[in-house]
Amino acid sequence: MVLQAVFMLFSAMAVGAALAVVTNKNIFHSALFLVVALLGVAGLYVLLEAPFIAVVQVLIYVGAISTLILFAIMLTRRLMDASERQRNEQWFISAIVAVGLFIVLVLSVGQVHWPVVHTDVPENHLNRLGQDLMEHYVLPFEVTAVLLLAALVGAIVIARERTR
Amino acid sequence: MAFLSDLLVNLWNWIAVQLDQFLPSWATALVMLFAAAVVIVVFLLLTVMFLTLLERKVVARIADRIGPNRVGPFGLLQPIADTLKLIIKENTEPAKADHPVFRLAPAVVATAALMPYAVIPFGRGMVGSDVNIGVLYVISISSLTVIAVLMAGWGGGNKYGVLGGMRAVAQMFSFEVPLALSIGSVALLTGSLSLVAITEAQRKLWLIVAQPIAFLVYLLCGAAEANRAPFDIPEAESELVAGYHVEYSGVRFAFFYMAEYINMFTTSAMATILFLGGWQGPFVERVPILSIAYFLAKVYGLVFLMIWVRATFPRLRIDQLLDLSWKVLLPLALMNLLVTAVVDKVAAQVRLSSTLTIGVFWGSNLVLVGVVALVLYLSYRRKRARGLNPHYQIHWH
Repeated sequence: MVLQAVFMLFSAMAVGAALAVVTNKNIFHSALFLVVALLGVAGLYVLLEAPFIAVVQVLIYVGAISTLILFAIMLTRRLMDASERQRNEQWFISAIVAVGLFIVLVLSVGQVHWPVVHTDVPENHLNRLGQDLMEHYVLPFEVTAVLLLAALVGAIVIARERTR
Repeated sequence: MAFLSDLLVNLWNWIAVQLDQFLPSWATALVMLFAAAVVIVVFLLLTVMFLTLLERKVVARIADRIGPNRVGPFGLLQPIADTLKLIIKENTEPAKADHPVFRLAPAVVATAALMPYAVIPFGRGMVGSDVNIGVLYVISISSLTVIAVLMAGWGGGNKYGVLGGMRAVAQMFSFEVPLALSIGSVALLTGSLSLVAITEAQRKLWLIVAQPIAFLVYLLCGAAEANRAPFDIPEAESELVAGYHVEYSGVRFAFFYMAEYINMFTTSAMATILFLGGWQGPFVERVPILSIAYFLAKVYGLVFLMIWVRATFPRLRIDQLLDLSWKVLLPLALMNLLVTAVVDKVAAQVRLSSTLTIGVFWGSNLVLVGVVALVLYLSYRRKRARGLNPHYQIHWH
């Protein structure tokens, strides 16, 4: 009962804030609502007894990505004009694509058989996670690491001052 | 005697038992959780009030002055007078401010400052919630502070505020990386991310003995995260008036002021838990109430150190600040993590005695510092040989 109510609260927070992100005219406010939406999702992770994922969600999405978005907005000129249009002439096509994607997602979610395991979450799942990342999923883990390293090097190369 | 030796915890449990007699168990749990939150918040607010006095007194003494001494004996009532003044002051708001953001920012900054205390163990058995990811939780909360600072800087509609906000974010971003890496080596040695477990693991030996570099990196990054001098670039008076909170006054300003001091206290508390053994100390097993005294003594020692540093070091320039983070602290923390992992594994393989392991840690740490110093010196000499001014590297257009 209580869990359901809390779930509803976090879901409403995430969905409502997500709506506010796309409907808000002020882009700085939109970015702030995005933070609220991401925090709502982090709350859902806590409810699912995955505190590690929740904290990582806050750390990466709120701490890094949202801050970067806010930073970019503050560094971009004339983004804050109220006269800035919210849509361009392609809105019809993108609306069709979005609705189509939504229908496909709803259908597939309804048809997939989600396995439900009726056991408690193991007490020390953090160690399991670490071990799995280092043994079972080591290849994807390393590939991600190399990708991020490449991005890092690329960013430095782009941002570097040309030497005379 | 047994009751007195662990007075606080026993008192707490006694209240819970009393409540349980006429309340359902979930209501008791709720009331006790709420009570814990209130106790922690009130304790922190009082701490902050007197931290301001402590800071003014210590800085005054270092500058060969006396400091506040008019209100009450030794100026002890000065914080109360300051608080009253801040509450009575008018809440000004710029006409061109982004009003909702402007009003929300102080609340967010204060909330984010208080949130880490949910997981910080003040003494044996005195912790709000022992989650197994406590350290990560505290790090992730600091990202909320970053957002609040951006909101404050932007919301005021003041160019100095925006500049201060952007500086703050650049600084917090850069210092969060070595900070997390230095905590990584602690997690490696203790095998846990829970603050309680990390404290327990240091019963025999404080981690500062095995990890002096990580401790230094953590302390420097923590000071930078809390915007403490010499890293208080985001609010450098001589350049930016007051930085991101330039447009705030009255109670709203008090929130920022409070958050800054709480963040300083948090940094000291985390450094105490991670490297100084938290509440561990002599006789703590027999007389558990001593644990909170040990904890607070260590934290106040670090707070004093931070005030001391503020009073004696000049402020860094923004480019020097970012250089320090990316070119010194980050490689140092990264190498330290690597060395810690290797030494820890090898020592466990060859069954080295713990004294020898500490010796190896010390040796590797010394080598690390030497290598970094050498690299810095070589790059300094190369720059000078090329006729560049080695002190000025980044040009901020």
